[in-house]
Amino acid sequence: MSGASILIEAPGLLATVQDLGRPGHADQGIAPSGALDRGALALANRLLGNARGAAALEITMGGFSAVLVPARRAAPGATPHAAPRGLWIALTGARGDAEIDGRPFGPNQAVFWPAGTRLRIGMAEAGVRFCLAVRGGIDAPIVAGSRSSDVLAGLGHPPLAPGDTVAIAGDLAGPIPASDPVPRGLERALLEVALAPGPRAEWFTPAARAALFDATWLVSNDSNRVGMRLHGPVLERVRAGELPSEGMVVGAVQVPPSGMPTVLLSDGPVTGGYPVIAVVAAASLDRLAQARPGERLRFRRATL
Amino acid sequence: MNEGAGARLLPMGERAVLVELASLAGVLALAGALQAARPPGVVDLVPAARTVLVQVDPAVLTLAQARAWIERVAAGERPGGAGGAHPPAAPARSHVIDVRYDGPDLAAVAAALGLAPGELVARHTAADWRVAFTGFAPGFGYLISPQWPFDVPRLPAPRTAVPEGALGLAAEFSGVYPRRTPGGWQLIGTAATRMFDPLAAEPALLAPGDLVRFRAVGT
Repeated sequence: MSGASILIEAPGLLATVQDLGRPGHADQGIAPSGALDRGALALANRLLGNARGAAALEITMGGFSAVLVPARRAAPGATPHAAPRGLWIALTGARGDAEIDGRPFGPNQAVFWPAGTRLRIGMAEAGVRFCLAVRGGIDAPIVAGSRSSDVLAGLGHPPLAPGDTVAIAGDLAGPIPASDPVPRGLERALLEVALAPGPRAEWFTPAARAALFDATWLVSNDSNRVGMRLHGPVLERVRAGELPSEGMVVGAVQVPPSGMPTVLLSDGPVTGGYPVIAVVAAASLDRLAQARPGERLRFRRATL
Repeated sequence: MNEGAGARLLPMGERAVLVELASLAGVLALAGALQAARPPGVVDLVPAARTVLVQVDPAVLTLAQARAWIERVAAGERPGGAGGAHPPAAPARSHVIDVRYDGPDLAAVAAALGLAPGELVARHTAADWRVAFTGFAPGFGYLISPQWPFDVPRLPAPRTAVPEGALGLAAEFSGVYPRRTPGGWQLIGTAATRMFDPLAAEPALLAPGDLVRFRAVGT
């Protein structure tokens, strides 16, 4: 396509291309990957009339800036809209100041980004992961059916670096729907995360199994797309040693010998040898992915 | 209720069941039988050393339905048989991987197993290999063979960089590194066949259950 492209000036801490990921390839050692806040991606795509699985940029903690580079001069005879004047975008997920050439714009609505102007996203004030979607979706190499970057296995477009340009795909579902800004809050109360049973709970003492639900856990700085480490009471085992590696799922709460749990996220290893005490319920994963380092959370039992 | 066939069903969240078996042979038998009778709604079926992970899309196949299916299939299996006693119902894919047997650990491994290097190569290329499971990195298959009785120790300290295509041995397994990574397997050769091509429709060459032969090519 001879459309506009986005020139990344500052990616912030980590900016990657993400769509709904590539589930169904775990038997080949390929993780599902995909947007950590899937609800934010779905909302952004809906606001722009994009296909459900169109790819967007997942921007961690903000500090992002990019310029919309206009399409090159259209070839003689090309239709006028081959040289677009700009691009519709939507910003969802984390909250923070965002502006285009100094003019602030709000989250959760379709916004026009004129060609040649600079878009900036400040530091996140609530949540962690912004989703910046563009009409038509972000283009990137498709690996096993997905444009998502897998930062652990190195699949898909590498994390964005200053000077990278990304192109626009044609993943449209229809016109931009008329809609008011969508309220979608990140509640500020103590985060509650639902846990379903895990396969190796009997590896832990009754006290550890109770502490999992009784304690208040702190999200550590040591968290990324692979996993989120939590600080709290040490979860003591009744069994020593390691397991032969076994299949893992997104949300698995693995407990290494340190006793400090790690929740596996979308780019987590497909198999692992640490016992899984419980698994985060699917409905809690989006909100967990928006939990900031230093934020506190509690676990409750999922109703099955 | 889960013990009948030696398969123990363990919970793995709302969308998966982990089936634990007593042996790798039991895993291969059950994984093959499940794969052959896989209903819609099974998203992933991941064999490992002692387990098979079954992940479902609960909108298509509920966890209760999945558990019932697994128990039915497991009850039809006879566990504890020799490896490969239960060939999968679906015809397995087979691959020939061309290898230059030029690995830096070839001489040492052969000596440790009481073989001449040429003898080790002859046994390795004569064996019928099967992908037991994958893991470690996308496209890395753990291959086993009934004609490979050896148990090879890992290197005392892993190499910080093993080149793409390196053929290694560890425990009862053979495996080809799909890309440059750190690794502790003893390296006996270099595969000319690409194990992982990100832009191919099926990026990984190997899937569990596939059959593999290694063919020596000129060094």
